[in-house]
Amino acid sequence: MFDHAPSQKTLVEVDGLKLYFPITAGLFRRRVGDVKAVDGVSFNIYQGETLGLVGESGCGKSTCGRALLRLYNVTDGSIRIGGVDIARLSADALRRMRPTMQMVFQDPQASLNPRMTVAGIIGEPLDEHTTLSRAEKLARIYELMDAVGLSRDFANRYPHAFSGGQRQRIGIARALALNPRFIVCDEPIAALDVSIQAQVVNLLEELQDRLGLTYLFISHDLSMVRHIADRVAVMYLGKIVELATREALYERPMHPYTQALLSAVPEPDPVHEASRRRIILTGDVPSPANPPQGCNFCTRCPKVMDICRRVEPASRELEPGRFVACHLYETATTAGATAAENGSGKTRLSTNNPTTQQGV
Amino acid sequence: MPDGAQAVLHVEGLKTVFKVRGGEVHAVNSVSFDIKPSELLGVVGESGSGKSVTMMSLLGLLPSPPAEVREGRVMFDGRDLLKCSPKELREVRGLGVGFIFQDPMTSLNPVFTIGFQLMEPLRRHLGMNKTEARKRAQELLELVNIPDAGQRLGDYPHQFSGGMRQRVMIAIALACDPKVLIADEPTTALDVTIQAQILELIRELRQKLGMAIVWITHDLGVIAGIADRVMVMYGGQIVEQAPVRELFAHPRHPYTRALLKTVPSVLGKRAAKLNVIEGQPPMLIETPASCPFRPRCVHAVERCARENPLRRPVGNGHDVACFRDFDASGAVT
Ligand SMILES: Nc1ncnc2c1ncn2[C@@H]1O[C@H](COP(=O)(O)OP(=O)(O)O)[C@@H](O)[C@H]1O
Ligand SMILES: Nc1ncnc2c1ncn2[C@@H]1O[C@H](COP(=O)(O)OP(=O)(O)O)[C@@H](O)[C@H]1O
Ligand code: SF4
Ligand SMILES: [Mg+2]
Ligand SMILES: [Mg+2]
Repeated sequence: MFDHAPSQKTLVEVDGLKLYFPITAGLFRRRVGDVKAVDGVSFNIYQGETLGLVGESGCGKSTCGRALLRLYNVTDGSIRIGGVDIARLSADALRRMRPTMQMVFQDPQASLNPRMTVAGIIGEPLDEHTTLSRAEKLARIYELMDAVGLSRDFANRYPHAFSGGQRQRIGIARALALNPRFIVCDEPIAALDVSIQAQVVNLLEELQDRLGLTYLFISHDLSMVRHIADRVAVMYLGKIVELATREALYERPMHPYTQALLSAVPEPDPVHEASRRRIILTGDVPSPANPPQGCNFCTRCPKVMDICRRVEPASRELEPGRFVACHLYETATTAGATAAENGSGKTRLSTNNPTTQQGV
Repeated sequence: MPDGAQAVLHVEGLKTVFKVRGGEVHAVNSVSFDIKPSELLGVVGESGSGKSVTMMSLLGLLPSPPAEVREGRVMFDGRDLLKCSPKELREVRGLGVGFIFQDPMTSLNPVFTIGFQLMEPLRRHLGMNKTEARKRAQELLELVNIPDAGQRLGDYPHQFSGGMRQRVMIAIALACDPKVLIADEPTTALDVTIQAQILELIRELRQKLGMAIVWITHDLGVIAGIADRVMVMYGGQIVEQAPVRELFAHPRHPYTRALLKTVPSVLGKRAAKLNVIEGQPPMLIETPASCPFRPRCVHAVERCARENPLRRPVGNGHDVACFRDFDASGAVT
């Protein structure tokens, strides 16, 4: 339904996903509210593509990525991976699906067991999910080490002996051990130095080409996402405010938040920096435990209108494959606004309509 | 190169070593630079390149042991800071040189109000009474654009957001009207829209206050946006120094050149594949006897392994520590 190239096959289908963390108080841990970390997001990821998920810290990127792998029990909504709704899968069925979906974490230091050797770390998923013989297992570990550019000589060393970039290679090799189809990369380069980031990004791209992997690439680095992602979703306070192809999003951001976000990225070009017009947002992001009424961005939006403070803007497909949730684009007639006011404000107009004209 | 006479701060031949189990870490090697009045000097380099240790060495901020400032001169206000007593250094830190660190939570005291932490240096170093200090503290918070400044003086650090805390840190660093402000990655931990607010604030404050600023970062974009002049550090040394436009237009050092090519951008053409700098930064276990970038340098020649190149001027206020020469197109000449 989000097709920008209709021939592509959808691997991951997320619909109305909500993930709330309860806030409790008092002796009996009474539930007094919720942190609405992910508050009704819908998107698809095509097989073999990289979907970038960007937004500032606390907007719900990691929670969304973890929910997709059912590392959390979801509050509401569905997550179909290869057609199976994993949001409702039993523990046993989920275990059988685990090998197909993996995660690469931000902090390679914290995510690797310091008491295990590199071979042990990479081989651990094989112990859990396969019945390979020792020799077969070692062969597979070597194969994985080759694939991520780690010398086989390092197999018996411990993670502390490695640099950040090499540790991230170990994490990637481990994630690949069971031949996954889908990998959630949660800020995989955020802890790495500039000169090492490119090494890891190139490796991820190479592996994708070679193994046909599908990535959700979570990052706050908009320049790197422009490099690696085919399509990009922009999150703000638990919601996706804009989703578009890489070209469309970076060339012509439509949501006021996307516009501000892109304008805040400093460019390594002093001449351009001296003359550029910046959108400086005032204030801070509201708490996800107490989001504002209406549009979540209304407290900081430079283009805020009256309606924004009352009615939540629906995500609408403004161009084929391009979704924006903002009242600015609610066509000249007020019909849309009134409809949204009467309804739940959460309807995605026309997104489910297969007859919408497709580009390409 | 350095012209001691007109600089507010003049650093020469600084060398700082850490004693660690099984040896030494030569974190800063023969580092020399000047800070001129009211300029913004950007210091860029990846983590471990010696940016923080250089600045902390200037003001005796490193614990010793393990740190040892082995060589160098740091001239400020007519005296060598490396020869000053701890008491004199405290005075300089209070009055002459302000410091802002990356993580405001570790440098703000959680048990005191923001107002107290702002007023303390004013009373101690400037001898203000309580009423005067309070008035000035409120002005400082207003200066860094904190809304309801008067009321917020009574708040504790945890009641401020990350961006607001960094503003408070800037206010504290500015309290006694320093000649030099050293900011060590002050926006690295912040989100980009909040970083944009802080950078805008700094641009504004420079207009108003005219102090010299040293801005440390690993982000070439930030440097491009605020610096007048840039020093590039690698492996504990300054490998290149130039006015900002000159540096980005004609980078000379192979490291700077490679770095500029490896970072993607949100504008312009998108490269199909990222350029990579192979290998890892050096370990710094001894005084470098060769070019620190040599193992990763695609232009290295035999001499680079035998000798550590000194910085040499190449015109337009630009100097570079590399034996090789490149023309404008990047070709070796
Ligand atoms: N385990 C948890 N319990 C309670 N709140 C959480 C938990 N994990 C995350 N949160 C909250 O959910 C929101 C989204 O967090 P997160 O998904 O980590 O954001 P991001 O990855 O975009 O920085 C934040 O407000 C965060 O504090
Ligand atoms: N307390 C310490 N003990 C040992 N080595 C240290 C210590 N502090 C810093 N170093 C080393 O000094 C070098 C320079 O560090 P630093 O100046 O913090 O780098 P940067 O600020 O550029 O990231 C690094 O190799 C680092 O490991
Ligand atoms: S809906 Fe209104 S407040 Fe929200 S982004 Fe659009 S214009 Fe701004
Ligand atoms: Mg996260
Ligand atoms: Mg540092």
